[in-house]
Amino acid sequence: MSSALLPKPQMRRLLARRMKFHLFGAFFVSVGCAALYKFGVAEPRKRAYAEFYKNYDPMKDFEAMRAAGVFESAPPK
Amino acid sequence: MLAARAFSLIGKRAISTSICVRAHGHAGVVKAEDFSLPAYVDRRDVPLPEVAFVRDLSAQQKALKEKEKASWTALSVDEKVELYRIKFNESYAEMNRGTNEWKTVLGGVLFFLGVTGLILLWQKHFMYGPVPHTFSDEWLSAQTKRMLDMRVNPVEGISSQWDFEKNEWKK
Repeated sequence: MSSALLPKPQMRRLLARRMKFHLFGAFFVSVGCAALYKFGVAEPRKRAYAEFYKNYDPMKDFEAMRAAGVFESAPPK
Repeated sequence: MLAARAFSLIGKRAISTSICVRAHGHAGVVKAEDFSLPAYVDRRDVPLPEVAFVRDLSAQQKALKEKEKASWTALSVDEKVELYRIKFNESYAEMNRGTNEWKTVLGGVLFFLGVTGLILLWQKHFMYGPVPHTFSDEWLSAQTKRMLDMRVNPVEGISSQWDFEKNEWKK
């Protein structure tokens, strides 16, 4: 054991420091998760649907499905 | 004593019981068991336990305790450590030290996962019958073709991965 004194540890405001750290952390983690989901999942999905329906012709789609023979009430021509 | 004299006024037979009580000394008081007395405990949330760790001091330790009553600047470092060890069993650092228990736990978990895997292999080989015919390659390809014909999940799902012009999967 050395005779030199150790530096005095932090004695006060321990909970306040911990709370500040965790409040900031929780805020940024949750906002980060929301942002990640929005720009990783939600926006691409909205774009995919917009692209799909931009030039969508339902009758052409229907004729293709009918030609493949999946309809009971609308047999292929 | 007073009780004996008081009882002698009532009757001789009472004296014998009071004599018995005096002969036993402190009959009626049971010797305190160790577990009912204040105990020493090494806990993070109990910084100063109720009793010192060392109960019965040796002659040397008793001398040290006498020296402790004088000025503490006269104590050497080793004496201070000895006084600490009389009072406490483990320091906070020793009390909070980590163990290697996690290795045992992880090893046990992985081992039993392995045993489970062996059991499953045995089951698949010796116990279960064949899978349904709807899992055969021919059935699965016919099933996938029908899903594409019906345009199942055309926006983000399976039909969006098929190129209907070239009749092949999209690259």
